[in-house]
Amino acid sequence: MSSVLSIEREGERVVAQKADPLRHSLLRAEGVSKQYGPVTVLSDVTLDILPGEIHAIIGENGAGKSTFMRLLSGYIEPTAGTLALSGQHVRFAKPEQAQDAGIALVHQEILLAEALTVAENLFLGRELTRNGVVDDRTMRRLATEKLTELGCLVSPNALVRNIALADRQLVQIARALLDDYRIVIFDEPTAVLTGEEVERLLAIILQLKEQGAAVLYISHRLDEVQRLADKVTVLRDGKKIGTYPGRTLSQMDMARLMVGRDLAALYPEKRTKAAGEAMLTVRDLSVPGFAKNISFQAHKSEILGFAGMIGAGRTELFEGIMGLRPATGTVELEGKPINIRSPRAVLDAGIGYLTEDRKGKGLLLHERLAPNLTLSALTRFHPGIFLRRSREQDALRAAVEQYDIRLKSFGVKAGQLSGGNQQKLLLAKVLLITPSVVVVDEPTRGIDIANKAQIYAFIQSLVAEGKACIVISSEMQELIGICDRILVMREGRLRGEVSGDAMTEHNVALLATSDAAVDGNVGGRK
Amino acid sequence: MTIIASSTAIRPEREWNIGWTDVGPFVALVVLMLIGFLINPDFLSATNLGNVVTRSAFIAIIAVGATFVISSGGLDLSVGSMAAFITGITIMFMNRMAPEWGVLAIPAGMTVAIVVGLLCGLMNGLIVTIGKIEPFIATLGTMGIFRALITYMSDGGSIPIDRSLRDAYRPVYFGTFVGIPLPIIISVAVAAVASFILYKMKYGRKCAAVGANEDVARYSGISIIKTRTIAYAIQGTCVAVAAICYVPRLGAATPTTGVLWELQVITAVVIGGTALRGGKGHVWGTVAGAVILELIANLMVLSDFVSEYLVAGVQGVIIIIAMLIQRFSK
Repeated sequence: MSSVLSIEREGERVVAQKADPLRHSLLRAEGVSKQYGPVTVLSDVTLDILPGEIHAIIGENGAGKSTFMRLLSGYIEPTAGTLALSGQHVRFAKPEQAQDAGIALVHQEILLAEALTVAENLFLGRELTRNGVVDDRTMRRLATEKLTELGCLVSPNALVRNIALADRQLVQIARALLDDYRIVIFDEPTAVLTGEEVERLLAIILQLKEQGAAVLYISHRLDEVQRLADKVTVLRDGKKIGTYPGRTLSQMDMARLMVGRDLAALYPEKRTKAAGEAMLTVRDLSVPGFAKNISFQAHKSEILGFAGMIGAGRTELFEGIMGLRPATGTVELEGKPINIRSPRAVLDAGIGYLTEDRKGKGLLLHERLAPNLTLSALTRFHPGIFLRRSREQDALRAAVEQYDIRLKSFGVKAGQLSGGNQQKLLLAKVLLITPSVVVVDEPTRGIDIANKAQIYAFIQSLVAEGKACIVISSEMQELIGICDRILVMREGRLRGEVSGDAMTEHNVALLATSDAAVDGNVGGRK
Repeated sequence: MTIIASSTAIRPEREWNIGWTDVGPFVALVVLMLIGFLINPDFLSATNLGNVVTRSAFIAIIAVGATFVISSGGLDLSVGSMAAFITGITIMFMNRMAPEWGVLAIPAGMTVAIVVGLLCGLMNGLIVTIGKIEPFIATLGTMGIFRALITYMSDGGSIPIDRSLRDAYRPVYFGTFVGIPLPIIISVAVAAVASFILYKMKYGRKCAAVGANEDVARYSGISIIKTRTIAYAIQGTCVAVAAICYVPRLGAATPTTGVLWELQVITAVVIGGTALRGGKGHVWGTVAGAVILELIANLMVLSDFVSEYLVAGVQGVIIIIAMLIQRFSK
């Protein structure tokens, strides 16, 4: 489906080889790979970054973008491949070495000490001294200069706690640009910014380019990429799909390149049976800071997908519904309102939630399996105040069989299971309260293909029993493979709904990343 | 679904999964007794051992309560001052009622002690959970409050128990039952009830879950506030039981009653195998820990190596070593 693009890619590669990349490229990554144990997160990526050029790197969540960026800036070392700076081989064992080599990284999260002043933050860890005493005056002067250059007018004496988010972002950029730099890496710099602030930042990036710096720009927002980038490199599953001249790609092309792979056999065949009546009705649900005025329904025997980029507010929305975060709005289960103040009440009403953070929020890793399995069903499971160990063991035996959890002994601890088996145990735990609505958040994150296929089959069997199932996933392929209908969120709001033939990767990707209109059977939200 | 791994091939869970954290404190206890015997053969005499264990009873009882608090991820520094405060209130109440109720003032006073202990614990718990204040700071505050109250109540001196009650109350500390000193029986009973709660009841499961990972507990629908508050209430009740045993020992409450008990209590819990950051509680390990502390103090008295004035110092060293072991043994 991307034949035209792949031809272009071949053509470009030929040109690039003729031009002798080492002479022109400022930073060259040659066949770099990164493995964590048996897992390859980045494989054989070759890339040239040229001065005076904005190079965007795009890809789905988990495509390897941030791994690549961390590699270039010295946070991790590649397991294979080399880096060359102006033709010289370099190795960065520490971020400081990359910094000294002129590579500045602007982090995605704002990492500033809120209780310190702007100037103190700029020079944190590299304070200037005169005669052994901290030289505040010079630091303040340099801070003012740097900030003015970036169009930021906050006082260097202001506490970071008291300045606006956009200004904090600029302080963070100023901090990265304080030393000499030749390459500036931006990791999702606009994630926390809005309209005008984004414009100001984009202007700064263009200004850096004018000055001859090489800019590496990592973003989910395809519209920004399209406006800024001279070159676009697409990563998918840790591999480089290609590098393309920026202006030639439409947002739709980018979305198509980012996804697009054939894993059809992984997903169970879709049922043709129509969904039943409304099971879960959510009205005007807001989770302050994360999700705004969300209304939707999930029906009996329906698999409803929630798509969006990381940070779109999907997890927080459902944590709000589960009573795990402060939220406003109404939630009804089969017409009966639910008290979303108390996690216990929501669970008892019959909504189960499989967290995306299996190890941090799902399982007690140092505890054995049975206590983990029954933890959210203690009351249902052990009537009265005493524990019934034999019942618990029976339940574990049943769960192990039903969900095909592979283990050596019933006495092992949850943390000793493989990721896939942990996930199956967690699913069994969630289903032990016999919920009528099951919300699974990133149900297949970090597990292998065989376990993935099993999880999909379990989800399918749940809806066959008449439950409603909601799947939150950042893997569009997965959502399209199993869902009957997909709602797309971006920046805390529902942006659209796709179903039937319109349920394609680029429609979903488009709704998740930009305001562009999507054709076909798509309902944009008012 | 096809089941590939047949469940018969899976080893069943053993009823008792015993690891080093479970037996460690008891091994240490035996080793200490052997060392004591080598230093001074009198050490292993029934009288000496009986005395040592009896003296460790207060700390053991309070530490059993602290096992709940620490297991649930909390900390209580106020136990020593709380014990002094409860002792004071109990004695004052008994003295007040003695003329009218006679010896009956003793059980009434004990009831008052339990109620006051429960309320003190509840207060600590609510400050920590509802007030969302770090347990360290919250109980440091109440530690000061209780200490000030006992000093104020005793006017800086002592609150002695009424002569008419002294003889009737004496056996609670000095008495024996089938040859075993009563404080030992009381602490074993407290530990037995506690281990029942912690290992056989749902509450114990919740307590360990909250301490091991607050998020997992929350996502499993367990109320953190309720679970922690109950742990502090149990702690308060245990302090009250210890105070009841303590009254006849000296027959008075003074501003220095229970000073530094919090150090011994937390040390006992930690060397008993309960992680200070929370998680599974080891009730019997805690009891062993309390006895170990008293044994060491006793050894210091019986031998001439170290001055007994350094007892608290040695206990401080022990808790730091115990923490280092916990840190480096994963």
